[in-house]
Amino acid sequence: MLLRKIIFILAVTAFLPLSAHADSLLPELPKAKKNYNDQTKCVEPVEVMRKSHMDFIMHQRDDTLRKGIRTKQHSLKECIDCHNAPGKDLKVASANDSEHFCSTCHVYTAVQIDCFKCHADKPENTQYRHKITSQAFKQHKFAAQNLNPKTLQLLATEKEGHK
Amino acid sequence: MKTIRFTELEGRSPGFFALMAILIAIIGAGIVSALMMHGQGHHITGMTNRIVWGTPHVFAVFLIVAASGALNIASIASVFGRTVYKPLSPLSMVLSVTILVGGLAVLILDLGNPEHLLDVPLTQFLYNSMPSRWTRSVFGWNFILYTGFIFVVGIYLWFSLVPQYKKFSKAASIFAFVWRLALTTGTGLIFGFLVAREAYDAAILAPMFVVYSFAYGLAIFSLVLIPTYIWTGRELGDVIVNRLKSLLGIFVAASLYFVIVLNLTNFYSAAKGEGIQSFLLFGDNSYSSAFWIGQILIGSILPLAIAFYPKLKARGALLTAAAMVVVGGLSQMYVTIIGGQAYPMDMFPGKTVESITNDGGIAAYSPTIYEVLLGLAGIGITIFLVVFAMNVLRILPESLADKDVDPHHSA
Amino acid sequence: MSRKTNQSEGKINQYRRNFLARTTAIAGMTVAPGVILNSVAQAKPVDQPASNKNRWGLLIDANKCSSGCNSCVTACHEENGVTGFGNPETDAQWIRKVKLTDKQTQKVQTIPLMCQHCEHPPCVDVCPTNASMKREDGVVLVDKHACIGCRYCMMACPYGARSFLHEPTTEQKYPRGQGTVESCTLCVHRIDDPNGPRNPACVEACNAEGHKAMWFGDLKDPNSEITKRLKEYGGVQIRADLGLNTGVRYQNLS
Repeated sequence: MLLRKIIFILAVTAFLPLSAHADSLLPELPKAKKNYNDQTKCVEPVEVMRKSHMDFIMHQRDDTLRKGIRTKQHSLKECIDCHNAPGKDLKVASANDSEHFCSTCHVYTAVQIDCFKCHADKPENTQYRHKITSQAFKQHKFAAQNLNPKTLQLLATEKEGHK
Repeated sequence: MKTIRFTELEGRSPGFFALMAILIAIIGAGIVSALMMHGQGHHITGMTNRIVWGTPHVFAVFLIVAASGALNIASIASVFGRTVYKPLSPLSMVLSVTILVGGLAVLILDLGNPEHLLDVPLTQFLYNSMPSRWTRSVFGWNFILYTGFIFVVGIYLWFSLVPQYKKFSKAASIFAFVWRLALTTGTGLIFGFLVAREAYDAAILAPMFVVYSFAYGLAIFSLVLIPTYIWTGRELGDVIVNRLKSLLGIFVAASLYFVIVLNLTNFYSAAKGEGIQSFLLFGDNSYSSAFWIGQILIGSILPLAIAFYPKLKARGALLTAAAMVVVGGLSQMYVTIIGGQAYPMDMFPGKTVESITNDGGIAAYSPTIYEVLLGLAGIGITIFLVVFAMNVLRILPESLADKDVDPHHSA
Repeated sequence: MSRKTNQSEGKINQYRRNFLARTTAIAGMTVAPGVILNSVAQAKPVDQPASNKNRWGLLIDANKCSSGCNSCVTACHEENGVTGFGNPETDAQWIRKVKLTDKQTQKVQTIPLMCQHCEHPPCVDVCPTNASMKREDGVVLVDKHACIGCRYCMMACPYGARSFLHEPTTEQKYPRGQGTVESCTLCVHRIDDPNGPRNPACVEACNAEGHKAMWFGDLKDPNSEITKRLKEYGGVQIRADLGLNTGVRYQNLS
């Protein structure tokens, strides 16, 4: 963990001065949807976020899951909602795409994260989400087509079963 | 009694390299299987939400139980003062550690998220280390017992190999003996404390696993010792082999005793007797065959007969009996672990239960090649490590001929 | 530290007072007690942790559960984004319908079965990494950040309520990932709703179907619908012999 952090900080600080050059090889971060507030822009000052975003997220995750504290400031879901908002073409990058907000940097610095093995990598309740939901629903229906008749039949027969 | 000289193996013959190459191939196949399970998900195995522990666990638990048993030779020599076993002590210690490493490797490689072992936040690790927590999780104890075992036996080995520390080795041996008893008890209680499952939930499982460990460990020990001495051309007399053979017989008999007690107890209860007990022992399934043919016939009766039938050639008899005990042990774990899960839990007494997850029915299980390869890799790791250790450490006596091990022997 | 705690406790007491006042008022207004929805319980402010002053649970009436209906299962899996791969043996089942036939009388009943949210959960006891955990308000969850996927909790659970994710997952709604164990969360995201606890998806679906076989509520609140019903009609725990004090109770299971 510590090692990863060190590598990440080194990588970020080493390349930060370069970011002024638009034509550099540096990843281009997608713009956030809106500012958290006018002073800090992001939920913490930007330079703090660059360095310590993982600590905020880590702390929040235990608070949320284990205690049920659901403040939004440091919530991963809010990060995704704001930073991975759908573009004009309504397309939303997935964590495997290099355009994904997290992937842009993490691919660049070769720091692997496994957040999206479990967490949604896209915002919910955007227009695109509608499509996904129906997709998921289809997938579910697909599963249901395979499974439900059996159960339904099983459940529908009031008589003694075959067993 | 002559001083026993311990030397390393030479380790330069083509046969040696061939053996190591085969072992590396076996280990590699297991690791590839594990990577595939990890990449594609456990659906490529035969394990399901009903049979949550499968073939890898059969191998892993067998090896972990055997590990503590392999230490027995050293314990008998120093804790119980049977000096004839003294020359075998270092091998016994090293083997016990390598078997444990092999077993744990299988267990860890089978995890759904082994990388989380490194990622579990420190706060949670500390929380778990608090007595209030880990006294509840048998796995929690076992984390400490398993890692501690390697450490404790390591010190024991160090004390007994380095002359100036020899005076501490008796104390170390007693400590290691107590530790190994705790370890096997803990392993037995992984199952013993599963209150929800009829197949387990019995305190007898703890001493039972301890007795199994004696037999399994000695069997693996014999299977390592005899081929090593034959292939390296070192002398191995019948005195030691016959002793090991009788010892194996006694351990197998003791295991059989526990099996009989547990099964009779289970038959006495009407619920278990007509349910899971009949299923495991007399059902039309692989578990009853594994029990009668694997565990009882091959694993108990035949080795007993071989061990106590005097007219057989000592080495061949011990090798055969030991191999049978290993087969029997794996069968036993198969019946206990997989058979115990296959039978439905009795959630609704007096009712038949039907559901999409087949709650009231027997769970199907057919292992896939990935699981088997992963399990075999555990054995591969064990043998690879012990052969490697024999090459770098002086743990093998140059001769175990009768005149060297038995002071009263007259040739 | 201590002052902060006192403050937040004071806050909580305030909420409780408000809540009690509100419920009494509502109880006074309503004619039929069954009409009050459980969702009237007080809202937990988002910055407050779940409290052991609540214990969330379910009550299920086996007589009202319709044998041909699977809507609680569908709703749960839709709500939580639990998708299958066409194999019931390895697919996650957060909730399932169970058909019971009495061996003596041949009476058939169906009930939904899910995590029973025990007070003394065996899954939590056996977990080596403390991933399997119980919230202060009694909801049993898996912390997938800490879950190593050993499945010991599945061995320990008397209800077969947990599933191991055998496949890689994408398009999650709520966190779930390959190689970890999961089960019913009692729709914990709804419990923590800033506007007050809402019925879990299964209960909502059951009500929508008109069966009204499930109640969700606070077992520690003497005025909650679930407590009153339990008090009046009783309820049983599955595997009560294990002494786990489950948060899910069943009525008319005979």
